[in-house]
Amino acid sequence: MPENSAGALATKVATLKIKPPRLGGTVYRGREGMWSWVLHRITGVAIYFFLLVHILDTSIVRISPQAYNGVINEYKTPIMGLGELALVIAIGYHALNGLRIILIDFWSVGARHQRLLFVIVILLWVVLIAGFAPTQIHNIILEAQGHASAS
Amino acid sequence: MSTETIPAPRSSYAPRKKRRVNWEKWGWLYMRISGLFLVVLIFGHLFVNLVAGNGVRAIDFAFVAGKFADPFWIVWDTLLLWLALIHGANGMRTLVNDYAHNRNLRRLLLFGILASTVVLLVLGTLVIYTFDPCPANAIAGTLPDFCPAK
Repeated sequence: MPENSAGALATKVATLKIKPPRLGGTVYRGREGMWSWVLHRITGVAIYFFLLVHILDTSIVRISPQAYNGVINEYKTPIMGLGELALVIAIGYHALNGLRIILIDFWSVGARHQRLLFVIVILLWVVLIAGFAPTQIHNIILEAQGHASAS
Repeated sequence: MSTETIPAPRSSYAPRKKRRVNWEKWGWLYMRISGLFLVVLIFGHLFVNLVAGNGVRAIDFAFVAGKFADPFWIVWDTLLLWLALIHGANGMRTLVNDYAHNRNLRRLLLFGILASTVVLLVLGTLVIYTFDPCPANAIAGTLPDFCPAK
């Protein structure tokens, strides 16, 4: 057939658009896969350093009740209250995305749906933040106003 | 049909090295298994300490003493301490291996992670298991209701 001659084929090849190489390749690189991984690392480091401090501050219960109460009162100030909100936000992401990673690694179709799983992670994350933030802000305001806790 | 066998193309001529424990594999698996437990342990911890009742406002020595009077929370917090700190330390090890290109710096950081993890695990475990809910040096009003000296 004439359209399959060498000249026609060469023209056809020349007119094919050469796509730029994609950044993708693994589920962890490029787009949602990469950003979920970046956020996972950032939140992980933040949670780790809080954990180091948190073990030390809790260890003060072994020194004396008044020493512990002095330190824990610092956790009830408005700035630290917002810090706890940020901590819960970080933990919420790290936990949900960690479950996504487990599904990608162990669920037979997990890797194929990693992008959908990321959307679900973000949605659940937003729900979690929306559920916790009002409670925490409410407690910060009541503490700042000097209301005695009813416990 | 001939039954000629063709050697597998990717097999090496050298005899296989004796298989050692694949620590990276177990570390990888640990992150996922401990992660599943930590989701439950940490959200439970956060709910009881930051959401239930008066949230963060309710936390003081008496609150902690009340929790540690219950073996349930002793087990919970011990698991939390060990699983979370080792999970975090192993994660930091991964980051150091990824980003610390200088060999001496990397060794220093890895040693720092290991040393701080061991110290904090010992400290935290001792605090949980030597905890005295009614210490003699307490100022009045700081003790939980069940202490005789309250």
